[in-house]
Amino acid sequence: MNTVPASRRYTGFAMLLHWVLALALVGMFAMGLYMADLPFSPARLKLYNWHKWAGVTVLILSVLRLLWRLTHRPPALPQAVTLAMPGWQMAAYQATHVLMYALFFAVPLIGWAYSSAAGFPIVLFGVLPLPDFVSADKALSELIKPWHEASAFALTALVVVHVGAALKHQWIDKDGLLTRMLPGGR
Amino acid sequence: MIRSTPLVRAGALILLAALGGGAALAQQKLVPAQSEISFVSKQMGVPVEGRFKKFDAQIAFDPAKPQTGKIAFTVDIASATLGAPEPDSELPKAEWFNTAKFPQATFQSSTIKALGGGKFEVAGKLAIKGASQDAVIPVTLTANGATTVAAGSFTLKRLAYKIGEKEWADTSMVADDVQVKFKLALTGVGKF
Repeated sequence: MNTVPASRRYTGFAMLLHWVLALALVGMFAMGLYMADLPFSPARLKLYNWHKWAGVTVLILSVLRLLWRLTHRPPALPQAVTLAMPGWQMAAYQATHVLMYALFFAVPLIGWAYSSAAGFPIVLFGVLPLPDFVSADKALSELIKPWHEASAFALTALVVVHVGAALKHQWIDKDGLLTRMLPGGR
Repeated sequence: MIRSTPLVRAGALILLAALGGGAALAQQKLVPAQSEISFVSKQMGVPVEGRFKKFDAQIAFDPAKPQTGKIAFTVDIASATLGAPEPDSELPKAEWFNTAKFPQATFQSSTIKALGGGKFEVAGKLAIKGASQDAVIPVTLTANGATTVAAGSFTLKRLAYKIGEKEWADTSMVADDVQVKFKLALTGVGKF
């Protein structure tokens, strides 16, 4: 297995954001699936609020991550890897990343809009009221609801593709590409 | 000269009541279509507004003599709505309003104090879900054409009325303080 030189690896901060958000997205998806079917109860109310707080946190971290990405060029793919990649894989690689970044923003923003439209403004951590960028409107909330779900499923599908591709590089191609995003000097 | 027969005396009393007491005793009427009673509770810090769709009031109130006034209020508790079907199906349940057993909330005034400038302080008993508590409710009157709008808001402690029992008694989930806001359109209120 090749090792990737330090300059070809992501910065520590980029790795931190990547893994924190990776854990958050998996957790949020599972939480969303679970809580949506709960009966009306304090547990449901609690989970919904935690989900919203976590969602806003994901949104804030995603802003930070995008800013970091725009100001810090990610390491280019090693030439050995790019030469081995067919055109469609390169296109899929680009598209997956662009779409994932778009959904990092779209999923929480649609969720926020849904909450506002449903008449439940988000109060971050129970103390900071966030503005509503759509007004409370029952019909609108019903219109928005499936889009939060659909966009979350789309993001999850992209994550599966992303993880699958990373594991393919790790175990099939054995090109050490994954070490670019792994902390520690392996 | 008119002789003081019982009939004449009775007639005179009726006339007196009609002339002198007319303004003070006339019943004011609530205009439900232009009135609203809403409440705001906080769920994990999130204000959630609801309202009552059905309520009525019996008001005998002369702004010139507020201390003689009487205000009685009934709210049809089953008409409460948070604007969403899911919580609305919960509100009538025993741990919340228990509307089957306590279909109405009532308010009965004991004293009305004028504070000047169309502002009044109405003290009385507020009964919800079988519990009766003293309440002091500030009311501001505003003339609005043919009607007079009585508006105000006050805060009540939901747990004093056992609204939200068992697992819902947790005030970290739903705050104890509930703000009640009202805007009542009345006809027949005199000058104030």
